[in-house]
Amino acid sequence: MLSCKQTSLLVSQSLDRPLTWRERWAVRVHLLICVYCRRFTQQLKLIRRYMERWQQQVAEGEDIQLSLAARERITQQLDKFY
Amino acid sequence: MATNPHDWLNEHGDYLYRFALARLRDPHQAEDVVQETLLAAIKNPNFAEQSSPRTWLTGILKHKIIDCMRKQVRETAVSELLSEEDANMDDFFDDTGHWAEKPQVWDIPHDALQQTQFLKVLQQCMERLPQKLAAIFTMRDVDEMDNEEICKELEITTTNAWVMLYRARMGLRKCLEIHW
Repeated sequence: MLSCKQTSLLVSQSLDRPLTWRERWAVRVHLLICVYCRRFTQQLKLIRRYMERWQQQVAEGEDIQLSLAARERITQQLDKFY
Repeated sequence: MATNPHDWLNEHGDYLYRFALARLRDPHQAEDVVQETLLAAIKNPNFAEQSSPRTWLTGILKHKIIDCMRKQVRETAVSELLSEEDANMDDFFDDTGHWAEKPQVWDIPHDALQQTQFLKVLQQCMERLPQKLAAIFTMRDVDEMDNEEICKELEITTTNAWVMLYRARMGLRKCLEIHW
Protein backbone atom coordinates (compact mmCIF):
# COMPACT_ATOMS: atom_id res chain seq x y z
CA MET A 1 0.00 0.00 0.00
CA LEU A 2 1.45 3.37 -1.03
CA SER A 3 1.83 6.20 1.46
CA CYS A 4 0.55 9.69 0.62
CA LYS A 5 4.14 10.79 0.08
CA GLN A 6 4.79 8.03 -2.47
CA THR A 7 1.43 8.64 -4.12
CA SER A 8 2.04 12.37 -4.52
CA LEU A 9 5.38 11.67 -6.19
CA LEU A 10 3.81 9.22 -8.64
CA VAL A 11 0.90 11.55 -9.39
CA SER A 12 3.39 14.29 -10.22
CA GLN A 13 5.40 11.90 -12.40
CA SER A 14 2.26 10.81 -14.22
CA LEU A 15 2.25 14.33 -15.68
CA ASP A 16 5.78 13.79 -17.01
CA ARG A 17 5.96 10.15 -18.06
CA PRO A 18 3.63 7.21 -18.57
CA LEU A 19 3.40 5.22 -15.33
CA THR A 20 3.84 1.45 -15.45
CA TRP A 21 0.63 -0.51 -15.00
CA ARG A 22 1.76 -1.52 -11.51
CA GLU A 23 2.27 2.12 -10.54
CA ARG A 24 -1.05 3.14 -12.09
CA TRP A 25 -2.83 0.39 -10.19
CA ALA A 26 -1.17 1.30 -6.89
CA VAL A 27 -2.03 4.99 -7.33
CA ARG A 28 -5.62 4.17 -8.25
CA VAL A 29 -6.09 2.00 -5.14
CA HIS A 30 -4.65 4.72 -2.93
CA LEU A 31 -6.83 7.43 -4.50
CA LEU A 32 -9.94 5.31 -3.90
CA ILE A 33 -9.46 5.51 -0.17
CA CYS A 34 -7.64 8.84 0.26
CA VAL A 35 -9.60 12.04 -0.24
CA TYR A 36 -6.52 14.23 0.35
CA CYS A 37 -4.53 12.65 -2.44
CA ARG A 38 -7.61 12.91 -4.69
CA ARG A 39 -7.71 16.64 -3.97
CA PHE A 40 -3.98 16.89 -4.57
CA THR A 41 -4.37 15.19 -7.97
CA GLN A 42 -7.19 17.53 -9.03
CA GLN A 43 -5.20 20.55 -7.91
CA LEU A 44 -2.11 19.57 -9.93
CA LYS A 45 -4.31 19.22 -12.99
CA LEU A 46 -5.89 22.60 -12.33
CA ILE A 47 -2.43 24.17 -12.06
CA ARG A 48 -1.42 22.65 -15.38
CA ARG A 49 -4.57 23.95 -17.12
CA TYR A 50 -3.96 27.44 -15.81
CA MET A 51 -0.31 27.42 -16.81
CA GLU A 52 -1.51 26.91 -20.39
CA ARG A 53 -4.05 29.68 -20.07
CA TRP A 54 -1.48 32.05 -18.62
CA GLN A 55 0.79 31.35 -21.53
CA GLN A 56 -2.02 32.10 -23.98
CA GLN A 57 -2.92 35.29 -22.17
CA VAL A 58 0.64 36.57 -22.25
CA ALA A 59 0.99 35.81 -25.95
CA GLU A 60 -2.20 37.74 -26.73
CA GLY A 61 -1.93 40.48 -24.11
CA GLU A 62 -1.56 43.68 -26.09
CA ASP A 63 -0.99 45.63 -22.90
CA ILE A 64 2.46 44.14 -22.28
CA GLN A 65 5.02 45.92 -24.43
CA LEU A 66 8.72 46.49 -24.69
CA SER A 67 9.66 49.61 -22.76
CA LEU A 68 10.74 52.66 -24.76
CA ALA A 69 14.20 52.47 -23.22
CA ALA A 70 14.62 48.84 -24.27
CA ARG A 71 13.33 49.62 -27.75
CA GLU A 72 15.81 52.46 -28.05
CA ARG A 73 18.67 50.28 -26.85
CA ILE A 74 17.84 47.47 -29.25
CA THR A 75 17.54 49.93 -32.15
CA GLN A 76 21.02 51.23 -31.40
CA GLN A 77 22.41 47.69 -31.36
CA LEU A 78 20.71 46.88 -34.64
CA ASP A 79 22.12 50.04 -36.23
CA LYS A 80 25.62 48.76 -35.63
CA PHE A 81 24.97 45.83 -37.90
CA TYR A 82 22.49 47.08 -40.44
CA MET B 1 10.57 39.36 -49.61
CA ALA B 2 13.09 41.82 -48.30
CA THR B 3 12.58 42.81 -44.71
CA ASN B 4 14.36 45.31 -42.59
CA PRO B 5 15.43 44.36 -39.03
CA HIS B 6 13.94 47.60 -37.74
CA ASP B 7 10.58 46.46 -39.10
CA TRP B 8 11.02 43.25 -37.13
CA LEU B 9 11.42 45.24 -33.97
CA ASN B 10 8.34 47.33 -34.75
CA GLU B 11 6.15 44.49 -35.91
CA HIS B 12 7.27 41.60 -33.74
CA GLY B 13 9.21 43.17 -30.86
CA ASP B 14 6.28 43.27 -28.44
CA TYR B 15 5.20 39.75 -29.33
CA LEU B 16 8.72 38.39 -28.81
CA TYR B 17 8.97 40.28 -25.54
CA ARG B 18 5.69 38.81 -24.24
CA PHE B 19 6.80 35.34 -25.32
CA ALA B 20 10.07 35.72 -23.42
CA LEU B 21 8.48 37.37 -20.39
CA ALA B 22 6.02 34.51 -19.95
CA ARG B 23 8.94 32.12 -19.67
CA LEU B 24 11.64 34.08 -17.89
CA ARG B 25 9.36 36.35 -15.82
CA ASP B 26 12.16 38.88 -15.44
CA PRO B 27 11.63 41.97 -17.66
CA HIS B 28 15.35 42.67 -18.01
CA GLN B 29 16.21 39.12 -19.01
CA ALA B 30 13.27 39.15 -21.42
CA GLU B 31 14.50 42.38 -23.05
CA ASP B 32 18.00 40.94 -23.33
CA VAL B 33 16.91 37.77 -25.10
CA VAL B 34 14.78 39.80 -27.54
CA GLN B 35 17.84 41.90 -28.36
CA GLU B 36 20.04 38.82 -28.74
CA THR B 37 17.43 37.25 -30.99
CA LEU B 38 17.24 40.22 -33.34
CA LEU B 39 21.03 40.49 -33.48
CA ALA B 40 21.38 36.79 -34.22
CA ALA B 41 18.72 37.15 -36.91
CA ILE B 42 20.57 40.00 -38.63
CA LYS B 43 23.79 38.05 -38.66
CA ASN B 44 22.07 35.16 -40.37
CA PRO B 45 22.81 35.48 -44.08
CA ASN B 46 19.37 34.13 -45.00
CA PHE B 47 17.42 36.69 -43.05
CA ALA B 48 15.96 38.42 -46.09
CA GLU B 49 14.52 35.20 -47.44
CA GLN B 50 12.31 34.34 -44.50
CA SER B 51 8.70 34.30 -45.60
CA SER B 52 7.36 34.33 -42.06
CA PRO B 53 9.71 36.43 -39.94
CA ARG B 54 7.63 35.97 -36.79
CA THR B 55 7.84 32.18 -36.84
CA TRP B 56 11.50 32.32 -37.71
CA LEU B 57 12.30 34.86 -35.01
CA THR B 58 10.30 32.92 -32.42
CA GLY B 59 12.36 29.84 -33.26
CA ILE B 60 15.58 31.74 -32.56
CA LEU B 61 14.08 33.24 -29.42
CA LYS B 62 13.22 29.81 -28.00
CA HIS B 63 16.88 28.83 -28.14
CA LYS B 64 17.96 32.08 -26.48
CA ILE B 65 15.42 31.51 -23.70
CA ILE B 66 16.67 27.98 -23.08
CA ASP B 67 20.27 29.29 -22.94
CA CYS B 68 19.14 31.75 -20.32
CA MET B 69 17.32 29.09 -18.28
CA ARG B 70 20.30 26.77 -18.52
CA LYS B 71 22.40 29.50 -16.98
CA GLN B 72 19.88 29.90 -14.16
CA VAL B 73 19.97 26.19 -13.42
CA ARG B 74 23.73 25.82 -13.86
CA GLU B 75 24.45 28.55 -11.40
CA THR B 76 23.38 26.05 -8.79
CA ALA B 77 25.16 22.71 -8.54
CA VAL B 78 22.83 19.74 -8.87
CA SER B 79 23.81 18.37 -5.47
CA GLU B 80 22.74 21.69 -4.03
CA LEU B 81 19.56 21.69 -6.09
CA LEU B 82 18.49 18.47 -4.54
CA SER B 83 19.58 19.03 -0.98
CA GLU B 84 18.55 22.64 -0.54
CA GLU B 85 14.87 22.01 -0.26
CA ASP B 86 14.93 18.61 1.33
CA ALA B 87 14.08 20.15 4.65
CA ASN B 88 11.07 21.85 3.10
CA MET B 89 9.95 18.65 1.41
CA ASP B 90 9.91 16.81 4.69
CA ASP B 91 7.58 19.45 6.01
CA PHE B 92 4.92 18.27 3.58
CA PHE B 93 4.67 14.80 5.13
CA ASP B 94 5.07 13.30 8.58
CA ASP B 95 7.35 10.38 9.44
CA THR B 96 4.76 7.84 8.36
CA GLY B 97 4.34 9.41 4.91
CA HIS B 98 0.97 11.03 5.68
CA TRP B 99 0.19 14.63 4.75
CA ALA B 100 1.48 16.93 7.48
CA GLU B 101 -1.04 19.51 6.32
CA LYS B 102 -3.93 17.86 4.57
CA PRO B 103 -4.81 19.31 1.15
CA GLN B 104 -7.92 21.48 1.52
CA VAL B 105 -10.83 21.87 -0.83
CA TRP B 106 -10.27 24.70 -3.33
CA ASP B 107 -12.98 26.79 -4.89
CA ILE B 108 -12.81 25.91 -8.55
CA PRO B 109 -12.68 29.21 -10.46
CA HIS B 110 -15.97 29.45 -12.36
CA ASP B 111 -16.58 32.86 -13.85
CA ALA B 112 -14.16 35.04 -15.75
CA LEU B 113 -13.41 37.20 -12.73
CA GLN B 114 -12.45 34.23 -10.54
CA GLN B 115 -10.37 32.78 -13.34
CA THR B 116 -8.45 36.03 -13.67
CA GLN B 117 -7.90 36.12 -9.92
CA PHE B 118 -6.70 32.53 -9.86
CA LEU B 119 -4.23 33.30 -12.66
CA LYS B 120 -2.94 36.28 -10.72
CA VAL B 121 -2.30 34.17 -7.61
CA LEU B 122 -0.66 31.48 -9.73
CA GLN B 123 1.68 34.06 -11.25
CA GLN B 124 2.61 35.40 -7.83
CA CYS B 125 3.29 31.87 -6.62
CA MET B 126 5.51 31.20 -9.65
CA GLU B 127 7.53 34.25 -8.70
CA ARG B 128 8.11 32.86 -5.22
CA LEU B 129 9.38 29.56 -6.54
CA PRO B 130 13.19 29.21 -6.56
CA GLN B 131 14.24 30.38 -10.02
CA LYS B 132 15.69 27.06 -11.16
CA LEU B 133 12.51 25.22 -10.21
CA ALA B 134 10.44 27.82 -12.01
CA ALA B 135 12.67 27.42 -15.09
CA ILE B 136 12.27 23.66 -15.36
CA PHE B 137 8.56 23.83 -14.56
CA THR B 138 8.09 26.40 -17.34
CA MET B 139 9.87 24.18 -19.84
CA ARG B 140 7.58 21.32 -18.92
CA ASP B 141 4.20 22.94 -18.43
CA VAL B 142 4.39 26.06 -20.59
CA ASP B 143 6.51 24.87 -23.49
CA GLU B 144 5.44 21.26 -23.11
CA MET B 145 8.96 20.03 -23.71
CA ASP B 146 9.34 16.33 -22.97
CA ASN B 147 11.60 15.10 -20.23
CA GLU B 148 14.27 13.92 -22.59
CA GLU B 149 14.62 17.39 -24.14
CA ILE B 150 14.66 19.07 -20.75
CA CYS B 151 17.37 16.75 -19.44
CA LYS B 152 19.45 17.28 -22.54
CA GLU B 153 19.13 21.05 -22.41
CA LEU B 154 19.83 21.33 -18.69
CA GLU B 155 22.28 18.43 -18.52
CA ILE B 156 20.55 16.76 -15.62
CA THR B 157 19.38 13.18 -15.15
CA THR B 158 15.80 12.09 -15.70
CA THR B 159 15.41 11.33 -12.00
CA ASN B 160 16.62 14.80 -11.09
CA ALA B 161 14.14 16.31 -13.52
CA TRP B 162 11.22 14.38 -11.98
CA VAL B 163 12.25 15.38 -8.49
CA MET B 164 12.62 19.04 -9.45
CA LEU B 165 9.25 19.08 -11.21
CA TYR B 166 7.69 17.43 -8.17
CA ARG B 167 9.19 20.09 -5.89
CA ALA B 168 7.99 22.85 -8.18
CA ARG B 169 4.43 21.47 -8.12
CA MET B 170 4.46 20.90 -4.36
CA GLY B 171 5.70 24.45 -3.82
CA LEU B 172 3.13 25.98 -6.17
CA ARG B 173 0.29 23.94 -4.71
CA LYS B 174 1.19 24.93 -1.18
CA CYS B 175 1.41 28.59 -2.12
CA LEU B 176 -1.97 28.45 -3.90
CA GLU B 177 -3.52 26.71 -0.93
CA ILE B 178 -2.51 29.59 1.30
CA HIS B 179 -3.31 32.45 -1.07
CA TRP B 180 -6.19 31.24 -3.22
